[in-house]
Amino acid sequence: MDYLGDLQAFLPGIITAVAGLAVITIEALKSGHKSAYWVTSFSLIVALFFGIQSLGTPLQEAFSGMLVHGGIAAFGNVIILLGTLFCVFLSNDYLEGIDHNYNEVYGMILFATSGMICLAGANDLISLFLGLETMSICLYVMAGLIKNEKQGAEGALKYFLLGAFSTGFLLYGAALLYGATGTTSIPGIGAAASSDLLFLAGAALLLIGFLFKVSAVPFHMWTPDVYQATPTTLTAYMATASKAATFMAMILVLSRALPSVEGLDWQAVLSVVAIITMIFGNIIALVQDNIKRMLAYSSIAHAGYALVGLSAATPEGYSAVAFYLFAYTIMNVGAFGVVAYYERNKGLDFSDVNNLAGLGFKKPMMGVMMSLFLFSLAGIPPFVGFVGKYYVFAAAINANMVPLAIVGVLASAASVYYYLRVMVYLYFREAHKETEMIDASFLYKGALVILALLTVYYGIEPILPFGGLMELITGF
Amino acid sequence: MIVYLFILLAVLAIGSALAMVINKNVVNSALFLVINMVSLAGIYLLLNAQFLAVIQILVYAGAIMVLFLFVIMLLNVEDEEKLFDKFRVKYFLAFILGAAVVGQIFYSIAGVTDMLPEISSNMAEIGTVEEAGDVLYTKYLLPFEMTAILLTAAVVGALMVAQYKIKKG
Amino acid sequence: MLEIDWFLGISAIMFSIGIIGVLIRRNAVVIFMCVELMLNAVNLTLVSFSSFHGNIDGQIFVFFALAVAAAEAVVGLAIIIAIFRNNLTVDVTEINLLRW
Repeated sequence: MDYLGDLQAFLPGIITAVAGLAVITIEALKSGHKSAYWVTSFSLIVALFFGIQSLGTPLQEAFSGMLVHGGIAAFGNVIILLGTLFCVFLSNDYLEGIDHNYNEVYGMILFATSGMICLAGANDLISLFLGLETMSICLYVMAGLIKNEKQGAEGALKYFLLGAFSTGFLLYGAALLYGATGTTSIPGIGAAASSDLLFLAGAALLLIGFLFKVSAVPFHMWTPDVYQATPTTLTAYMATASKAATFMAMILVLSRALPSVEGLDWQAVLSVVAIITMIFGNIIALVQDNIKRMLAYSSIAHAGYALVGLSAATPEGYSAVAFYLFAYTIMNVGAFGVVAYYERNKGLDFSDVNNLAGLGFKKPMMGVMMSLFLFSLAGIPPFVGFVGKYYVFAAAINANMVPLAIVGVLASAASVYYYLRVMVYLYFREAHKETEMIDASFLYKGALVILALLTVYYGIEPILPFGGLMELITGF
Repeated sequence: MIVYLFILLAVLAIGSALAMVINKNVVNSALFLVINMVSLAGIYLLLNAQFLAVIQILVYAGAIMVLFLFVIMLLNVEDEEKLFDKFRVKYFLAFILGAAVVGQIFYSIAGVTDMLPEISSNMAEIGTVEEAGDVLYTKYLLPFEMTAILLTAAVVGALMVAQYKIKKG
Repeated sequence: MLEIDWFLGISAIMFSIGIIGVLIRRNAVVIFMCVELMLNAVNLTLVSFSSFHGNIDGQIFVFFALAVAAAEAVVGLAIIIAIFRNNLTVDVTEINLLRW
């Protein structure tokens, strides 16, 4: 066995896990010491550096077939680490503002990130299951962070009970796949795939488990409640990094373990789920007054767009999903970040959209940034959200799934309404009440500005002359 | 002989599972779950999985269920007085779903007997602690290390959620 | 002689009892015990496939599933304690602050 090579393959995960232990130790020795936050940010930057370095290497197995690294898995790691890093930057100020800036939170974030990296590169059902559970258990804890209020504990309980319930289905699916093929290795399952009923039942149950984690309709019931109850910057982490990791694992499982087996038409199943998810998520989002719930339903709808790319089941579709996850991560972290800034002001409950009235001119920079992220989420050019949607729908059309793409475009057109509604409140409504607005710290603003720049840059990058990100992903 | 033992354990497992679900008293439910887990450990022995049979009793019956009972006693949870009178539609749907899952799985395992006719002959050696330890530290090294992270995270997280006082930083 | 579908049959029945329990019970502790029952049922499936296939992978999977179940129990019961402190009940039908 090549131990050094194995360690290098899982380097980002190792760095985050060790940093998590360091943070917990710091907290045990000196409670509330600021260095925990700096250790977290620094380790994430280092891990991100190694993650970027391994971009473009071919897909290889490590840890005697437990893990893959390089290729699309490396890109998954970059998305996860990028999302995590910005959520940590934003969390420091926000959690300080709501008096919940415990160092253990950073430990949880780092452990969860380590689990996500294991999940996004899983090459075996066992490492997939453990990565998924490490991530989920840390997320249950984060959902219950504001435990002294009824709402926080309730969100955590709902998330936990439904999450554990869905784990049962995922595990049963894995067990039946193992029974049908005699192996837990993902390529091994793909090689031994048959149209045996046992295999089909296993694949179906495994997919149910996955669809729950990415909150696709009809397995979405927990999403709005949990997103509303969780501290906003941690919601951003839940909504982006964990979804990106789960979708990456789905890409690896679907493309390698479930090749086209006769009688198993998972493409059709996924496209039906995608259609229901897009329509349902967007329609319910239209009537939300709470901006966090609105973003929760919008994230359900975005899971639907990503499922469109998955159900195309072509290499083009998979790389489109990877790009989409990248786009979704940067713009969604940004949007949640601005919402978190508004929420820190104690004067009014700024998660209610009515209270945002007139704030666009009062705090011009935050207003511009909010509009930019929301335009991007709505899929309006020249922002990255548009490019992501374009790739996903193009992949569906090239795979002869034109109706799916049409539903997607219509749903995304409907979504413009509720994103613009926030901007109407920000700019075209009179404020009901004068409130003092605090100033965001330099780091907080800086993180949002970088996210905004990334949103704009990758929105115009495809038309720039030099090679773009999409070529890089397609090259994997 | 072995078949009778199997039938006894199977009846015990399913009976205690049912009793757990329909019992109003939470402590009784937990104790029925312990019976269920012990009888599963017996079934594991019939399948020649000695290592897991011991682990099952140690971890589930010994650790997890004790924690459950501890929490139940701590919270002093009351009995549910009305178990079966509200939400009739919900019960109906629950039974439909349960029956559908059973039916689907029975249907899909119908052909397995031809595929896997009997317990593999080398199983008595495979299910031992030595064999399990051997693969745990070689082939399954990464999941094993992930378990360490998982358990650390769970302990820290549980303290975070359950501790009563809000500490000042 | 023992046949595999007997084992799988018990496992499927236990899994469904678990599902029904999760859906009809109102006490959060009992719901969580039903989830544990479901995980146990899956473990039985894995062990029986492992024995009949003659390879140990399934048993190792069960070992890890046990570790996950333990971690879930710790976090889950902590959350239930937090809920009880706030609401003085663990009845899930009375815990309904968040809607739509």
